[in-house]
Amino acid sequence: MSQRFVNWFKFASPASFYPLAGKAWPWFAALAAAFCAAGLWLSFFVAPTDFQQGEGYRIIFIHVPASWMSMFIYCVMAFWAAIGITFNTRLSGMMSSALAPTGALFAFISLWTGALWGKPMWGAWWVWDARLTSELILFFLYVGYIALTAAIDDPRRADKAGAIVALVGVVNVPIIYFSVKWWNTLHQGASVSLTKAPSMATTMLWGMLIMALAFWMYSIAVALYRVRAIILERERHTTWVAELPEMQQ
Amino acid sequence: MNWGSTSEFFAMGGYGLYVWGSFGVTAAALLIETLLVRKRFSDTRRTLRRELAADRDSQDQS
Amino acid sequence: MSAFIAIVRRDLLLAARRKSEVFTALFFFMIVVSLFPLGIGPETALLRRIAPGVLWVAALLAAMLSLNRLFAADHQDGTLEQMALSPTPLALLVSGKVLAHWLTAGLPLVLLAPVLGLQFDLSARALGVLMLSLLLGTPLLSLIGAIGAALTLGLRGGGVLLSLLVLPLYIPALIFGAGAVEADMAGLGAGGHLSLLGALLALGVFFAPWAATAALRIALE
Repeated sequence: MSQRFVNWFKFASPASFYPLAGKAWPWFAALAAAFCAAGLWLSFFVAPTDFQQGEGYRIIFIHVPASWMSMFIYCVMAFWAAIGITFNTRLSGMMSSALAPTGALFAFISLWTGALWGKPMWGAWWVWDARLTSELILFFLYVGYIALTAAIDDPRRADKAGAIVALVGVVNVPIIYFSVKWWNTLHQGASVSLTKAPSMATTMLWGMLIMALAFWMYSIAVALYRVRAIILERERHTTWVAELPEMQQ
Repeated sequence: MNWGSTSEFFAMGGYGLYVWGSFGVTAAALLIETLLVRKRFSDTRRTLRRELAADRDSQDQS
Repeated sequence: MSAFIAIVRRDLLLAARRKSEVFTALFFFMIVVSLFPLGIGPETALLRRIAPGVLWVAALLAAMLSLNRLFAADHQDGTLEQMALSPTPLALLVSGKVLAHWLTAGLPLVLLAPVLGLQFDLSARALGVLMLSLLLGTPLLSLIGAIGAALTLGLRGGGVLLSLLVLPLYIPALIFGAGAVEADMAGLGAGGHLSLLGALLALGVFFAPWAATAALRIALE
């Protein structure tokens, strides 16, 4: 029991996590590529044409997984934030800040593909649909987090302040989603929903799930790669960095 | 198989602009992010290497 | 409790010495609200429809203007450090400061809103609901704003950053606040909206001072 406990905290130190992340990221990148290939094949060649939306519905194969990922990554960020606040570990703050840009990117992709889906289906690039609106607000939350952590020079303070923003944000996300939904029903929003409209065939569901896995693995790979860069930036004056094999000429 | 020909595949039943606009921008965004992250890492590594080499030189001289 | 009252009194006294700041925010509120008819046109039916949203958005912005100064002065002269070291829990003192902020920045908006609502030809009943929704909503704005103000304390570009952090979190208050007036004007009754706003306020009173305190401690390190 105590053995396991020690092992967990061993990887919480940047010095031991750095080589681990270096070994792990290529595997996640390979998994991402494999899932991506499978997902694209499913979404273009296996999934049948939707009788209502034609071929345009194929956008949901990236739209829905991207929305899932943007929400999931925010939760993971908040998880690391909570760990960082309770255990005061340096690595968790680095993980949060490594995840934020990827999460913001997925929120952006979700909005972009939502607009491209909306134009042919609703006849407008933007409709104040509850899901799209919540996604937009989530994007703002990411931007706020990134802007705040970028404005603070001391990385430790940036991590802690970012952790509070992430936690306050994650408490607010359900409230915001609920309020936007309430607002939307009051104003009678769009009747066609992005996810409900196509009669969800099993192949479509599989396509979305596999694309979601691809995005997930991609996010892990990129976050690990980014956290390595962050570790190097922050630990530049330590001896373990100087002794790394890639630092020798 | 859904598609009779390549041109049919790219036309996406008239939704080509929207479907390829979505998939294309997603692919580009993920690719650009990967490149930026790689650049950030290799830039940091390069400056650190240079700093360390400078440290070693000054130590050798003294 | 006496420390709480003392800090509310002290902040109110300080605000009374700098009346111009309070009035600037109020005039900002008036000007923003008056700009909308000029931009949209004087059609009464349209103005009546947009009034709740316009008044609420303007109130959000006006309440945000003064957030910057919530902790800044105390931070500069070192009072904040003294507060953090004092035996009274910091969260209690923060709550006192938030209450004082609401009394100087939120309550005047509540009192001014019906006058501005007349410009938009709102009925007396709608004005009453508007006041009630602002009465429940503006304390929430001060509470959430305190978290943002504590996080951006002493940062360059703090003001813009503060709005970026805080405005997305204001959205539920905006939706339920403006929605209450709209629902009442549509004859649906504002009770649901107002009670949800009240629930959010209760949550805010409970959690926001705590989060703001944590943020302040980080800024003071």
